Amino acid sequence: MLTIRELEKIATQVRRDIIRMVNGASSGHPGGPLGSADLLVALYFKIMLPDPKQFTMDGTGEDIFFLSNGHLSAGWYSVLARYGYFDVSELRTFRKIGSRLQGHPATADGLPGIRMSSGSLGQGLSVSIGAAMAKKMNNDEHLVYCLLGDGELQEGQNWEALMFAAGKKIDNLIAVIDYNGLQIDGPNDKVLPLGALHEKFEAFGWKALTAYGNEMTEVVDTLKQAEWYTGQGKPVMILMTTHMGFGVDFMLDNHDWHGVFPNDEQTKIALEQLEETLGDY
Amino acid sequence: MNEYINQGSKDTRSGFGEALVELGWQNRDVVALCADLTGSVKMDLFAREFPGRFIQVGIAEANMIGIAAGLTIGGKIPFTGTFANFSTGRVYDQIRQSVAYSNKNVKICASHAGLTLGEDGATHQNLEDMGMMKMLPNMTVICPCDFNQTKAATIAAAAFSGPVYLRFGRPKWPNFTPPGQQFVIGKAMLLSGGTDVSIFATGHMVWNALQAGKLLEEQGISAEIINIHTIKPLDDEAILASVRKTGCVVSAEEHMRNGGLGDSIAQLLAREFPVPVEMVAVDDKFGESGKPEELLKKYGLDVPDIVAAALNVLSRKK
Repeated sequence: MLTIRELEKIATQVRRDIIRMVNGASSGHPGGPLGSADLLVALYFKIMLPDPKQFTMDGTGEDIFFLSNGHLSAGWYSVLARYGYFDVSELRTFRKIGSRLQGHPATADGLPGIRMSSGSLGQGLSVSIGAAMAKKMNNDEHLVYCLLGDGELQEGQNWEALMFAAGKKIDNLIAVIDYNGLQIDGPNDKVLPLGALHEKFEAFGWKALTAYGNEMTEVVDTLKQAEWYTGQGKPVMILMTTHMGFGVDFMLDNHDWHGVFPNDEQTKIALEQLEETLGDY
Repeated sequence: MNEYINQGSKDTRSGFGEALVELGWQNRDVVALCADLTGSVKMDLFAREFPGRFIQVGIAEANMIGIAAGLTIGGKIPFTGTFANFSTGRVYDQIRQSVAYSNKNVKICASHAGLTLGEDGATHQNLEDMGMMKMLPNMTVICPCDFNQTKAATIAAAAFSGPVYLRFGRPKWPNFTPPGQQFVIGKAMLLSGGTDVSIFATGHMVWNALQAGKLLEEQGISAEIINIHTIKPLDDEAILASVRKTGCVVSAEEHMRNGGLGDSIAQLLAREFPVPVEMVAVDDKFGESGKPEELLKKYGLDVPDIVAAALNVLSRKK
């Protein structure tokens, strides 16, 4: 099992990959994936531990993950490649013509690790519920994880899904909100306040946990805690506070970096702040 | 004209409901989802037989489509059921991203399509559904003509791998195709051979086309009647073979002209074999409340409308 220090090193490399991928594509979304890199690394390398060499679409017999906020693709692709789903050299094709690494995750080109297209927001939680129900029907005791953005909660479909999952006791499902408080047009509170999220989730009938998502020990502990709460009649929600742009000082907590790529000079400055721990692609 | 006998009028939605139960017995992976219209879309039979494989989603169609897409990832074959209006326009983006683009094996089953929904009026009478669905890559669009055919189409949809939009209706309607028929997706069905005009019809309008064919025959006109139960993929070969013989076309459908069957046929003919085409379809209007037969008459989808279209297109044929 990897140590916390080793997980942190992977997360730093993932952040380097994100910066280089978005710079290389001259487009993409750096802010969100920088903030959620710790979570994705912990999920794949410590918690879910799926077999990257035996990827199957149905994911029978292993934990599976869905990314609802598909614009975090750069971070997810990096984690999938670093975990062994495909060669890290493919990361350089991100957002380029003919690539399997589409701007937003897609199943069309058969990229291992991806089971559902996402990008149009608000759909991932419903999909995760379906996959979790299939696992129950198949007597497969593994779990389904889903990451959502906070701004994405403004999409009404999420609240249909939240109501359903609690009402139907989908207790093999763990959802995580990447709660950085920012969206494209600015802070959630200015665009459309999300209100008391923890209380809302509890009121909808979920087991809700809160955590800080940019500290590896806390991320891992919270995921283990969430896992412990599964199978008890309620879906589990982690409200995970993160910093958009974490790891790069000039991007930190700045919604301008939601969907803007760093130029070569900015990339150089950013990479100086992120140690190359596993070797760049 | 070949003679077709109404074996007793039945609603096409009941053909769907019966087939779903048969599928439930045949295949444990078949699951059904409904958005609070279980009785209306005839999923109550399945829900009773297979409570563990029936998912009542409540009035939340977007969530239903997402859950259905997710179920395929565990190897399930989900059938979603609600009215055509809530099966398409309300959830277009969910279908587009989570079903069509992701190429998931979801069967979207849409009842109460078209004007013959009747008294509920325009909010519920979807006339654009086939157009929306046929525009999506990976999507197969099926619109069977009667009870027996809807039953066969439902069974065929389960055996087919990939997203399917299956459209059927509310009213009792003549049931004239054979029970237990084999349904081949994408294969047009020749109902009656003819030489003067090709009439391509889909759904409830197939019966009307047969009645129109009889009236044309009385006037000495030989109409070829073909049932296009699969709007996409269109049976190009069968359509072109018929049109090369007759040289003119009438299409008939309970759908908006824009985006419907006639539109697909016209595109094909424009590319391959341009001939005069008349389309019996709704002309860029919303429907309204009324009895099904009153609505078909008012919106120009009745038997005499098909006859008139045939006479008109014949007069345009050089």
